[in-house]
Amino acid sequence: MAVELFDLPGGSGRSTAENVTVVPTEWSRQDAWGRLRCRLFNSVRMNYRVKPGIYAVGAADGRSPVLVTANYKLSFDLLRRELSGFDAWIVVLDTRGINVWCAAGKGTFGTEELIRRIRATRLPEIVEHRRVILPQLGAPGVQAHVVKEHTGFSVDYGPVYARDLPAYLRAGCRATAQMRKVSFDFRERLELTPMEIVPALKGFGIFLAAVFVLFGLQPEGILFHSAFNNGLPVAILGTAALLSGTFLTPLLLPWIPFRSFAVKGFLAGGIATAVLVFLLPAKALQSAYLQAFALLFFPAASSYLALQFTGSTTFTSISGVKKELKIALPLYVAAGAIALVLLVLYKLQDWGIGI
Amino acid sequence: MKYLANVVTLELFPERCSGCGRCLEVCPREVFAKNGKTVRIVDRDSCIECGACMMNCSFGAIRVNSGVGCAAALINGLIRGGEPQCGCGGNEERGESCC
Repeated sequence: MAVELFDLPGGSGRSTAENVTVVPTEWSRQDAWGRLRCRLFNSVRMNYRVKPGIYAVGAADGRSPVLVTANYKLSFDLLRRELSGFDAWIVVLDTRGINVWCAAGKGTFGTEELIRRIRATRLPEIVEHRRVILPQLGAPGVQAHVVKEHTGFSVDYGPVYARDLPAYLRAGCRATAQMRKVSFDFRERLELTPMEIVPALKGFGIFLAAVFVLFGLQPEGILFHSAFNNGLPVAILGTAALLSGTFLTPLLLPWIPFRSFAVKGFLAGGIATAVLVFLLPAKALQSAYLQAFALLFFPAASSYLALQFTGSTTFTSISGVKKELKIALPLYVAAGAIALVLLVLYKLQDWGIGI
Repeated sequence: MKYLANVVTLELFPERCSGCGRCLEVCPREVFAKNGKTVRIVDRDSCIECGACMMNCSFGAIRVNSGVGCAAALINGLIRGGEPQCGCGGNEERGESCC
């Protein structure tokens, strides 16, 4: 895949005496637009990169701090934006365009790459001191003591969030306990929901097509008015399940009871489905088979979608997700099978082959 | 927010701990606390098994089966066989969704 490396916003194209590109700390309109597109489109997010290497901010010199980041352009942008008024160096590791946390998990934001990059950027010649500051969330990929052994540079783990960097730097590279904690507030969750909704739309398209065929299918052929009249309530319930699993559950996460994401999603989807079944006109879901189908299938679908959000959170563990899957996957398969049987029964009833 | 109780694989061997406190520094979930000259686990259920403490303990006093708690990755791994594949890229693979 061809990967576009973004031209760094060099502005006037200034460089330092060491021939290092100086980058501005302000964002251009393109930078802001890029962030939005990353949150919406996988194709953008997966190819949003800056060139690995070393960059300067302000009037960086031999005593300026060195901050290390990933070559996902959004990570780089969030970092440089916080450095307004500071003189600093930024060392960008080649994480193949992945953010610090995920790249640390894969080891690309890692010990080896850091050692290699310190040497390749000739950092020991550029700065007099022997310290590099890493984002704390890079720690799962980096063995600080090994870096020190091989390069002489000690690793300081800075704050989790770039927004705390100014305070950290002013305090002489000291992080408060608060700076060391990951948060996951409403806004952060909201920003991540499009990445749940958009991938789910593919499956939703298949669902809508299936609803159209199933409800349109009559002994005479596929009838549009039948598909529309009978299928619409089911399509509405499907939309509610999609939104409850990919949007409502992530947003309301702390307030939905139980710790399991599968259970949270099931509850949210169950309530959404029950409310809609109640609100829809009585003739919309006349068949008891169809009602049973709706009350089983849609909460299960919402549960499955909510479980996907475990990957976006900052507080799930792999052991926990494994446990959830071990219990939930067989239940999803069973729910799917029963739902299918209920649909067949409904269809037979609909055609008057009555049971 | 906390995830499921009693599932985490984190272990700390006090006899190897030097009390340097590096784990307290890298842990994003305040799982450890200083206990005199060594460190102890104070909030085990908050651990997300990221592995930062184990990686940065030069005394080998911490063990945890680390990985990313991502259902999509685990399901991908089940379907394709083998290790969890999160499809976030980084292996120059086609990207799907997650982080």
